[in-house]
Parts: sequence; C-alpha cells; structure tokens
Amino acid sequence: MPKFVELWVYLSATPLFGLTATLVVYVLAQALYAHLNQAAWANPVLWSVVTLASLLTVTGVDYPTYFSGAQFIHFLLGPAVVALAWPLWERRIALRQHWRALLAAATVGGVAASGSALLLGWLVGLPTDVVLSLAPKSVTAPVAMGIADKIGGIPALAAVFAVVTGMVGALSGKALFGLLKIPTDAHGWMARGYALGTAAHGIGAARAMQVNADAGAFAGLALGVQVVLASLLIPLLFRLF
Amino acid sequence: MQSLGELLSRGLNLPFPGPVIGMLLLLMALRLPVVHEPVAACANFLLSHLSLLFVPVGVGVMTHLGLLGQYGVRMALVIVLSTWCGLAVTVLVLRAFQRRNANDA
Repeated sequence: MPKFVELWVYLSATPLFGLTATLVVYVLAQALYAHLNQAAWANPVLWSVVTLASLLTVTGVDYPTYFSGAQFIHFLLGPAVVALAWPLWERRIALRQHWRALLAAATVGGVAASGSALLLGWLVGLPTDVVLSLAPKSVTAPVAMGIADKIGGIPALAAVFAVVTGMVGALSGKALFGLLKIPTDAHGWMARGYALGTAAHGIGAARAMQVNADAGAFAGLALGVQVVLASLLIPLLFRLF
Repeated sequence: MQSLGELLSRGLNLPFPGPVIGMLLLLMALRLPVVHEPVAACANFLLSHLSLLFVPVGVGVMTHLGLLGQYGVRMALVIVLSTWCGLAVTVLVLRAFQRRNANDA
C-alpha cells in the first residue's frame, strides 16, 4: 500500500497526470455519449468536467497542478480558432450568397445574448467585475478571456461563463428550437446550427457537428463571425461608455 | 502554417485576440491552392476534437467555487436566460431572412 501511495504522489505531481486524466475521462465520456445515442444531457464536455473536478477534489490535487498537464490540450484552442478558417473557406459560396442575413443574425443575436446577460446580471445585483465578465460569454473561451481582460472583467470567470453558456446551449438548443417550431430541413438546420454557434460558441458547434453536418458547418461559421464581431464591438462599446 | 499565423498575430498589437487574426490570415492564405490539403487535414482533425479542448478550462470552474457558492444561483439564472435569448433571437432573425428569400423566389 505505501508503494502505491508513493507512486500516486509521484504521478500526480507530474504534468502527465493532468494530460492523461483529461484524455482518459474524455474518451470514456465520449463513449458513453455515443452509447446513449448522443442524448443532449449526456454531453461529453459536461460529464468530463464534472468527473475531473470530482477526481481532483477527492485526490486533493489542486487545479494549477492539473492544469500544468492539461494546458497542452488547452493550448490547442488557439490553433482551433485559426482552423475555423477552413470551414469558412469551404462554404464561401453560401457565405457570399447569404452574407447579409448571416451578418445581421450574428450581430443581433450576439447583442441580444451579451446585452441580456449584462442587464440581467445587473438586475440581480451581481458585483460589477462579475457582470463585466458576463459580456463576452457567447464567444469561445480563450477569446472571451481576452475580451474580459480588456473591459475590466475577470478572465478566468469569463472562461467559466463561456463554458457554462456553451453547455446550456448544447443541452437545451434542441428543445428550444422545437418550441420555436424551427424545421429540420436544409434551411432549418442552417438556422439551428448558426444560432448554436452564435449563442453557444464551440461547445454548441461541437454538438451541432455531431447532430447534422450542415448545422455543424454553419455553427463553425457563426462561431468565427461571433469571435470577430465580439472582439471588435465589445471593447469598442465599453470604451465609448 | 498555423503556428505561423499564431506567431504573426501575437506580434501585431491589434484589438483582436491573437487566434482571430490567425484565422483571418489563414482565410487569406487559402486563396493559394497549395495550402489546401495540409490545412484541411489539420483543421478537420482539430475541429473534430473541438469539445475536448474545452475540458481543461471547464474544470477551472472548481477554482471559483467560493464565488459560485455566493452568487451561483443568480449567475446560473442569468446565463441560462441570456443564452436562450441569444439562441432564439439568432434563429428567428435568420428564419425571417430565409422566409423573405423564399417569397422573393
């Protein structure tokens, strides 16, 4: 038994622990998700996060130690945003055709998401820096952190809000679209995917990609548009007021 | 190719976060057919594992448990409602445009 404890202490102190734990837990969560026919509530991001957070709490490994390993995965978010250029390029014809509608929907939707978050946050009496961290919540986490930093929010909290927002979108998108009677034809999938990418960034897009290829592509597009719009507009608006 | 975009974007001090500039640069670079194949392979690989990349940040929620305990319910309420608002507004605006196009045609 002492041998095992020593081994555990050694392993948990190396960066490899965070990396391996993340990958193993994610693969398991993904397998469960596939097994359950991709039910929205079985979202692999949600369950990986819950499992890993419980694992860290139980084993007493602190977050910085975990992150020293997991940062290798986290780092890939930057290149993943760059990689969004590819699905955009692939759909350049549809893009050129519908750019007005897409741009209008992204702007109005983004403002609605961000504005309602600020207003509601202020109404329920959250502290100012917390409210400011809510502003970029519908943008993918690494970008949200950058924006929050610029407007006086808390970057780490902004990342958390972004992740939770993504999960809410991925979990409830289907039900909400059903309620709004959005069809599941080609146009319907396009609108559903685009809305998920706009309001629930990468996690919504990941969900959309699993459900329907067109929805996924337009979610990726929306996520890219939202990144550009939000990183341009949010700091600008805050400088004005 | 991608790291080049990253490096370039980090070097330029613009109001966009680095990766966004990288994306725009890559979009311009895609006009050259030579880069298509390696970019497609790399991009599809990265994007197919997109949800995995959010896990490390997500686990970071646990570092804010104090703040969450204090304001958790209100924060959750704000996030859920504003996310629905964003989803609904986007999808309805796009549907309105689609319907108008259908009527024109």
